[in-house]
Amino acid sequence: MYHINRSRRHFLQTSGALALGSTLPISLVELAFADAQQNFTFAYISDAHIQQIKGNRFVRNWDRGLIRAVAETNLLNPKPDFVMFGGDLAQLGSAPELDHGAEILSALKYKTRYVMGEHDYYLDLGAYWEKLFGPQYHSFDHKGVHFIVLNSIRTYDDWTYHRWPTAEQRMLEMAGLDNPNSSPFMVGEEQRQWLKKDLAKIPKTTPVVVFSHSPLQKIYKGWNFWTEDAEQIQALLKPFNKVSVIYGHVHQIQYNQVGNISFHSVMATAWPWPYPQAYAQAEQYLPKLTVPMNRADPFFERDATGWQFINVANGYVDLHYLLPENSERSVGFDKAAQKPVDAQYQSEGARIPPQSHF
Amino acid sequence: MKCSYTKKSVLGLAALMVAASVQADEFTKGDLERWQGQFMEVVKQGRELWTSPKLGTNGVACGQCHPNAANTHSETYPKFQKQIGKVIPLWEMINWCLRNPLEGQPLAADDPKMIALQAYVTYERRGVKLEPGKH
Repeated sequence: MYHINRSRRHFLQTSGALALGSTLPISLVELAFADAQQNFTFAYISDAHIQQIKGNRFVRNWDRGLIRAVAETNLLNPKPDFVMFGGDLAQLGSAPELDHGAEILSALKYKTRYVMGEHDYYLDLGAYWEKLFGPQYHSFDHKGVHFIVLNSIRTYDDWTYHRWPTAEQRMLEMAGLDNPNSSPFMVGEEQRQWLKKDLAKIPKTTPVVVFSHSPLQKIYKGWNFWTEDAEQIQALLKPFNKVSVIYGHVHQIQYNQVGNISFHSVMATAWPWPYPQAYAQAEQYLPKLTVPMNRADPFFERDATGWQFINVANGYVDLHYLLPENSERSVGFDKAAQKPVDAQYQSEGARIPPQSHF
Repeated sequence: MKCSYTKKSVLGLAALMVAASVQADEFTKGDLERWQGQFMEVVKQGRELWTSPKLGTNGVACGQCHPNAANTHSETYPKFQKQIGKVIPLWEMINWCLRNPLEGQPLAADDPKMIALQAYVTYERRGVKLEPGKH
């Protein structure tokens, strides 16, 4: 299940790109099929949070994370079939931030598709983002897999349209992760109806992969590690044999299995977030299955950031996390256990001290 | 001579203690509420600073990486920080963040802003047992 990943790493390590390859923040996903000819990979970069200071000045730290992920993704061999960007390209949704981020991503040598994040959305409700990157939700098919992109970070209309005196304030209120004035994310009725119709055409044996920004499961409401209508989306996906949901937003490794649905999060290129259990005042529901990422070392600014490459094999996804100056992580679907497992750290005894969060 | 000086001091101290006891160390519910109010006001100022884009120079706020001040581990200070190479209190680590991710200026240990930041961080960790030195 992991041999493709190893050979990929072997390439990075022997191609003269060792220093770069060993420290990059990307995720690669592989979907594998019975016929190995049909297996393919794509790369996943997420949560860049490009932040404008003033004029042509942007926060250097966040710029560097995205630039590095793009450079590493371009080194992958074999080449990924496409790249996903998982949302929160901007910090405050402005045209200068989205433009600057788009320019950095324009260096990618692959077809790139985009997921909407709340930091991209709440200034103009996605208007400028749509001009750059296309529709907020859509589906496409690739080598026998049905892919769905959702805008999962919408919320109640009252909050969006009637609560705030200005669009700028609305953006700021939603941008604060722990801000009690923000509002729970949701996919919403319009997209649920669309999704129902979209899925009606798809045979139940077709592997389905869903991209969203927020988890389509409920982990911790206080930080919007949450989607209000998660159960309704899960119900629409339930009839399919193989379903994977890949989400950003959380800036950390999470994975879970709910019925037929495998959930995987991806890392941010900008900065890591604590696991909700590190907030002593709140109850949270981090999936028991998840072996956490290493606790961040503040003294190395890229620590606990990353990117992914994803293998798609037999309709299941395996995520390979590329983590700067950390051991890589691989989380793939285990057919016997019928859930995602970490290739190295899943058992209690295999875990290392930095994986304990408090 | 030295001995009689000490005796006088002791007597003097005893007299002081008697005088103090006349005023009694009693406080009311109202006092407790007032003191708590004073503390919570500083916590509130700390929360405002924690989420402010103006604390540093690049618009980055503490809360961007540390929602609800999580992963600050105030209960583990003072502790050894490997890159600094010695045991430091929390306020020195806050200054490290002000200088680096926030690209700003450090604060004095007794700066009201530094006290407010520490009050907020510590308040968010209330109830967690002290574990100085822990990593």
